[in-house]
Amino acid sequence: MSIFIDKDTRLVIQGITGRDGSFHARQMIEYGTNVVAGVTPGKGGQAFDRVPIFNTVAEAVWQAGANTAVIYVPARFAGDAVLEASDAGVGLVVCISEGVPVLHMTRVVPYLRERDTRLIGPNCPGLISPGKSKVGIIPGQICQRGRIGVVSRSGTLTYEVIHQLSKSGFGQSSCVGIGGDPIIGTDFIDCLAAFEADPETDAIVMIGEIGGTDEQKAAEFVSAHVRKPVVGFIAGQTAPPGRRMGHAGAIISGSSGTAAEKMAALSRAGIGVMKRPADVVQLVKEVV
Amino acid sequence: MNLHEYQARAVLAKHGIPVPDGDVAETSEDVERISRKLGGRVVVKAQVHAGGRGKAGGVKLASNSVEAREVAERILGMSIKGLTVEKVLVAPAEEIVSESYVGVIVDRESQRPVLMVSPEGGVDIEEVAAKTPERIFKLAIDPRDGLLTHEAMALAFELYDDIEQVRQAARILQQLYDAFVATGASLAEINPLVTTPEGRVIALDAKISVDDNELPLKPDIEALRDTSAEAPSEVEARQAGLTFIKLDGDVGCCVNGAGLAMATMDLVKYYGGEPANFLDIGGSSNPEKVVSALRIITGDANVKSILFNIFGGITRCDDVAKGIVEATRKFNVSVPIVIRLTGTNEREAVVILEDAGFKALTDMDEAVQQAVKLTRAGA
Repeated sequence: MSIFIDKDTRLVIQGITGRDGSFHARQMIEYGTNVVAGVTPGKGGQAFDRVPIFNTVAEAVWQAGANTAVIYVPARFAGDAVLEASDAGVGLVVCISEGVPVLHMTRVVPYLRERDTRLIGPNCPGLISPGKSKVGIIPGQICQRGRIGVVSRSGTLTYEVIHQLSKSGFGQSSCVGIGGDPIIGTDFIDCLAAFEADPETDAIVMIGEIGGTDEQKAAEFVSAHVRKPVVGFIAGQTAPPGRRMGHAGAIISGSSGTAAEKMAALSRAGIGVMKRPADVVQLVKEVV
Repeated sequence: MNLHEYQARAVLAKHGIPVPDGDVAETSEDVERISRKLGGRVVVKAQVHAGGRGKAGGVKLASNSVEAREVAERILGMSIKGLTVEKVLVAPAEEIVSESYVGVIVDRESQRPVLMVSPEGGVDIEEVAAKTPERIFKLAIDPRDGLLTHEAMALAFELYDDIEQVRQAARILQQLYDAFVATGASLAEINPLVTTPEGRVIALDAKISVDDNELPLKPDIEALRDTSAEAPSEVEARQAGLTFIKLDGDVGCCVNGAGLAMATMDLVKYYGGEPANFLDIGGSSNPEKVVSALRIITGDANVKSILFNIFGGITRCDDVAKGIVEATRKFNVSVPIVIRLTGTNEREAVVILEDAGFKALTDMDEAVQQAVKLTRAGA
C-alpha cells in the first residue's frame, strides 16, 4: 500500500497544454502514472500525445473516469481550478501552481471541508508512491520502493532527503510535498495519520520549516496518536525574523514560528531531530 | 510588501474610513507649508517600514509651522532601525479621548481572514496578546459572505458604550475589511482608532502589508512600492526574478528552492560559517538568472566564498553550469566558488564546468565544509 495515490489513481491534468503541464505530463506518463485526461478550455476534442483533452474537468470525470486531478494552471486561476475539480467530484486534487494569493485559498480550503475533496498544496511538488504512481513534479529517478513515508513543506529539500534515503537503501512507501504556503489543503497531521494507518510504512520522516505552528501541532499529534517512529527536520535555523524566506508561509512573526521552538516541540514528542539533512540516514537506521 | 503609513491612510480614506487631513513631505520646507495650511498643532511622523518609530524619536508634535519645520529637519535623514527617513507625514494633532485597536489578518489556524479588536489601542498588539489576551476580541470571517453588519456591531460593542460610536466603529470595521480584500492584504490595521472630544471615531495610524502573490494581479498596489526603502541588492534580485535576502555573513549562497536554500544556510552555520544571504534561483532555471545571482552575490563586499547548491529537478544542472561559466566570463569573480550539483543533467553540467576549470561536487556536506573553510583561508 501507500498513501493517497497508487495503481488505481486515474489522473486528469488541468493545464496539460501549458509549458509546465505538458512537460510534467510526459514525465508522469513515463513514470507509469495512469494519465486518463487533460483539461484546457477551448481544446476539448484534441489530444496531447495519446491523452484526450476536455474543456472541463466534469467531462474528464464522466468520460475518462478521472478520480485525481493535478493543477499546473497560472496562479491567478488556481483557486478556481481547485473548486472546478471538487465540483466535478474529484476526490484528490493536487495543486502545483506557485504564487497563489493567500486570500484565494481562504475562499477554497474551508469550502473543501464541506465536501469529499482532499487538496494537496498549493505551491507544492505533489506526491509519489514509488513504483506505482507519481502526481506532480518529484523526480522519479531519485525515489525507490520501500517502507519509509516522507512528508514535507518543501520541494528540493525533500529531494535531498529522499536522495539520501535511497542512496542508503531506504526506499519510500510514499513521499508527499504539502506545500510552502500559509494556507494549505493537507497538513502534517493528515499525512502522519495516513502513514500511521498504512501497513506498508514502517517509519515517517517529516520535514518542516519556520513559520506557523503546524510542526508543533504535528508533534502533539505524534505523542498522542502515532506509534510508528518519526524523524524530523526543521529548515530555517539561520533565518532572520520578519522576512519571508521564499515560501509565503516561511516567516517568523514576532518571536513565534522559529526553528528552535519547533525543534524543541519535536524532541518533546520523542521525534528524532535531524541537525542536518544527511542525518536522516543515521536516525532512520536507529528506529527501523 | 509593506505600505507606508501615508499610503495606507490613502487606501483607508478611499474606502470611506475617516482619517485626519495631512500630507506627505520630503523636505522641511514642504513640512512648513503643509503645517501652515493645516493650522494649529501638528504631528510629524517618519515614514519608514519599522515599528517603534515613536520611541526612536521619529514622531514629534509641533505647535506651529515654524516648529514643525525644525522638527522635520531632525527627523528627515535620521536612521530608524537601519532605515533612513526619506519622507514624513504631517497631520493635525488630534485631541484624543480613547484609543482602540482594530485589525484584519490572514489567520493560518482558521484558514480565514480574522478580525481582531481591542480596547487597548496605541500599543503593540503583540504586547496586549502576551499580557492581557482577554482584552482582544476575534472573529473568523467567512470570505464568501464578508463581514456582516451584525458581526461588526458585536465587535464594536466591545470597544464603545455609546451607540453612535458603536455604529461608526462597525462601519469602519466593514470598510477596513473591504480595504483588506481590495488590496490583497495579509494584514490591515488601524492602531490607534481614536475617539475625539466631539465623539467622532477616526483612524489615526494605519498599517497595511500586501501579500506579494497579489502584486502581479494589482498593478495599482505594486505602483506604491518604495524601492528606496529596500536594500538595492534585493531590488535588483526581484527584477531578475530571484528571491534574495541579505544577511551579515561571508558565505554567499546560491540555491534552487526555498527549503533547500534555508537548509544550506543552516548547514553553513553548522560547520562554523555564517551565510551572507538567502538566495533562491527558483524552479525553472535559465543561465541568465544564474548570471544575475552571481552579480548580486559578488556585489556584497563581505562575501569571501560562494557556494552553489543545486538539486536538479525542474532546474537543469547544465543550465546552472552554463550560467556560472558565462558570469565568470562577463565579470571578474575574485572569490572562490564551490559548486555542488546533482540531479537532472548532472553529467552535462560536470563537463561544462570542468572544461572551464571548475570542480563539481555531488555531496552537500562536503561542498558546504569547503566553502566555509575557504572564507577562513581568505581572511
